[in-house]
Amino acid sequence: MTQTRYYRTRSPEPEKEKTGGGGGTAMRVIVPLQGVVQGRGGLVLGSIIPCALFYFLQFYLKRNRDDPDDKNESNSTGQNPTTRSPSSEHLTELPGLTRSLSRALLSPRNSGPVSISARVSGIVKGGDSPYYMGLKRVKEDPYDELDNPNGVIQLGLAENKLSLDLVKDWLAENAREAILGNGKELSISGIAPYQPFDGLMEFKVAVAGFMSQVMENAVSFNPSQIVPTAGATPAIEILSFCLADTGNAFLVPTPYYPGFDRDVKWRTGVEIIHVPCRSADNFHLSIAALDRSFNQAKKRGLKVRGVIISNPSNPVGNLLNRETLYSLLDFAREKNIHIISNEILAGSTHGNEEFVSMAEIVAQEDTDRKRVHIVYGLSKDLSLPGFRVGVIYTFNEDVLAAARKLSRFSATSAPTQRLLISMLSDTKFVRTFITTNWERLQRMYVQLVAGLEKMGIKSIKSSGGFYCWADMSGFISSYSEKGEVELWDKLLNIGKVNVTPGSCCHCIEPGWFRFCFATLTEKDIPVVMERIQKVLKPVN
Amino acid sequence: MAIEIEQPRVGLSKVAVSKTHGEDSPYFAGWKAYDENPYHETSNQSGVIQMGLAENQVSFDLLEKYLEEHSEASSWGKGAPGFRENALFQDYHGLKSFRQAMASFMEQIRGGRAKFDPDRIVLTAGATAANELLTFILADPGDALLIPTPYYPGFDRDLRWRTGVNIVPIHCDSSNNFQITPEAMEAAYQSAESMNLKVRGILITNPSNPLGATIQRSALEQILDFAVNKNIHLVSDEIYSGSTFSSSEFISIAEILETRGYKDAERVHIVYSLSKDLGLPGFRVGTIYSYNDQVVTTARRMSSFTLISSQTQHLLACMLSNKEFSENYIKTNRERLSKRYDMIIKGLKKAGIECLKGNAGLFCWMNLSPLLEKPTRESELALWKVILNEVKLNISPGSSCHCSEPGWFRVCFANMSEQTLEIALERIHKFMEQRKRS
Repeated sequence: MTQTRYYRTRSPEPEKEKTGGGGGTAMRVIVPLQGVVQGRGGLVLGSIIPCALFYFLQFYLKRNRDDPDDKNESNSTGQNPTTRSPSSEHLTELPGLTRSLSRALLSPRNSGPVSISARVSGIVKGGDSPYYMGLKRVKEDPYDELDNPNGVIQLGLAENKLSLDLVKDWLAENAREAILGNGKELSISGIAPYQPFDGLMEFKVAVAGFMSQVMENAVSFNPSQIVPTAGATPAIEILSFCLADTGNAFLVPTPYYPGFDRDVKWRTGVEIIHVPCRSADNFHLSIAALDRSFNQAKKRGLKVRGVIISNPSNPVGNLLNRETLYSLLDFAREKNIHIISNEILAGSTHGNEEFVSMAEIVAQEDTDRKRVHIVYGLSKDLSLPGFRVGVIYTFNEDVLAAARKLSRFSATSAPTQRLLISMLSDTKFVRTFITTNWERLQRMYVQLVAGLEKMGIKSIKSSGGFYCWADMSGFISSYSEKGEVELWDKLLNIGKVNVTPGSCCHCIEPGWFRFCFATLTEKDIPVVMERIQKVLKPVN
Repeated sequence: MAIEIEQPRVGLSKVAVSKTHGEDSPYFAGWKAYDENPYHETSNQSGVIQMGLAENQVSFDLLEKYLEEHSEASSWGKGAPGFRENALFQDYHGLKSFRQAMASFMEQIRGGRAKFDPDRIVLTAGATAANELLTFILADPGDALLIPTPYYPGFDRDLRWRTGVNIVPIHCDSSNNFQITPEAMEAAYQSAESMNLKVRGILITNPSNPLGATIQRSALEQILDFAVNKNIHLVSDEIYSGSTFSSSEFISIAEILETRGYKDAERVHIVYSLSKDLGLPGFRVGTIYSYNDQVVTTARRMSSFTLISSQTQHLLACMLSNKEFSENYIKTNRERLSKRYDMIIKGLKKAGIECLKGNAGLFCWMNLSPLLEKPTRESELALWKVILNEVKLNISPGSSCHCSEPGWFRVCFANMSEQTLEIALERIHKFMEQRKRS
């Protein structure tokens, strides 16, 4: 059986015994060992040391195996055996999921509470990361201009409420008919049964058409290569399961969407290797950095199976240009790895830069198509996160076959498919929506960036997404994650604005924050600026 | 002359290339045969009749009537006031109104003999996802779950594929109507131990698929005792609980726990879904009901990979919280399934075929062992092929359900009209007559 990454449960007391003096003991063994190897240790050391090592090895193995003879030792660590891969200390923790211990979970066999799997037993309490804590605070005390003017203003959620009214209006007119049909056929029997389990063909056709429209018809999508999933979250996970084995890794440029840590790693046991992007490059992806990370991984014995890019990117909002995409494809070909292109925000651009899909890059190519897989969904571009509509689009028949079967675990609901078939086929509505949405996003983006600039906060020039990526390093008390989180805390609890600190997104440079603007109205912007101003006390 | 350099093929994972999805088995092969030549009442009367799909189509009209009369369920009301909030709702706790409706529906199905707390309900996109999710949570790769045979073929995929967990069968046979015995459970446990597999739980389906029968109270008590004794989990897949022909014959594990004052409850988890009882598999609605707080919390977080569309939650919350609808539906559905069951049993008996005495589900467990050349799996599959290709009926061979006794077949009766069922019975009758003569 392949090894899996587990979140370790640790028991306080035995932990101390185990790790105390670990380093010292190691040295005391290694130095004489060198002597043995070099033939200077003599007979005594030459036999004692290997025996001692053998004994310690047995002891270590015994402690980490579930011993059926263990009686009521609730302090024993042997109950949830964990295996560490060589790179475990580089494993990025799930945001907010602390490896806290629960006594109750360490149960010896045949007595005490029944145990759950090691792979999840470390996740007892969670939500401690700023990302989740901020969302929680807003939920508890949401700002409302009239009812709760002192509430927390949400700038931490990459949702788009700016154009929901357009969708609502369409629905008010068309929903019932859209879902149940016009009464000619048995309407329930049209949506209730299974077939086909990987999505209605009309749905795939409608989604393919929408994707094309959203990307300004620069490329057409083949409905037969679409696998619908219940949101982009399972799309990413399914691809991770298909392209990598437990213990393998994906290269992911940082800063990245915090959810990837869960989607890519949690149940799959696959690792993420951070490929840092820097402000000097405006946080654009550098192939040289990719190459460096690939080689470092190789040295550590980690097999890289692919690169995951987000285009437009989150949290920065960059678009990857054609040249970079071609270079990325070259890189993938050279290393014989996959590319997962998360294009879930393709229709949420607000600038004048051209969006280029990976699909366009491989449109002419034949052989390299098999390594390209696109993730899409309607949560962002159509503001329907609740409806759970995601897409895996792949040129690789084997991945298609596997993903289709795996999508059984995360399928899109039939009435939702029906509704969207109607909505997405209404090309006039789609066109109006895309254009209006673009205008509204742009307006908000410009105002937010200008407002921040007035306070001396500069943002990276970006063209996509619902947020701006702003540099507040001039305002943090210490140029460190700690300083950054302190500022985040002040902004949340004193300023009453929830923003996302860069450390949640694994940004290598402290002081960067993501400000989402698509859950605000224009009236909210001056209020937001006022509140931020209140908090800021320049340090430099 | 250019040298042809073969591009190294970019590799896929072990999961992707594994056959653990099980779709090469006869269970699924029969579906393919049906897809290629589906029976139709008027346009293809010689096509294959699908009797291998456990779907419930007998009560669609009740659903349709409700939706006709309650347009607010499918359209968020006039002007769609609730739409915005619903469209943005992706909280993995799920709509409270929907969880409340599910809890109350589950209580109604059990005749009020068990109570369900909406806050213990975790929503998933179907029971397929619920079973897989529970497996991820309760077992590690390489561990084992004990499952009584015969069992639903999909379990091989749902419980093992991505999870890396093993299934060790608890063998049941016709000598006692395939009931689960303590001896059989113990034997399975020992078998797992001898293979060095750590047993983490036992998973039962009650009412059983493919047997079409509920598990008796005494057996449930023994199963729970076994789980307590071995300190393992107990998952009760009660997806057919609303499809029992009489309400009093189904006993849920929840009732057993109730009588025990919920002692030992933290190891029990119930899976439910609307795919069978309500005939809505396309809606993708499943739930995990767990008495274990940590399992509830973890399952909720993990359900991010398999959330139910908020639109669907809204629709069903409206429908299921309408007591008039739900009571009438449960009662009428039971009556109709019972009638269908009687019809098929009578029809099969006339053809000289016996079935296991059933009292639930969308299928019956048919005994064709007298027809086998030899009491082997090969003979069973040969017979299955004949029935598929000559009689043009797709039924499920017991071997695909891991039945240890060859010759048993699962036959579904609720996924077609009465007329189609008549035709199917005629075909079986003719087939049996032919065999008698030859």
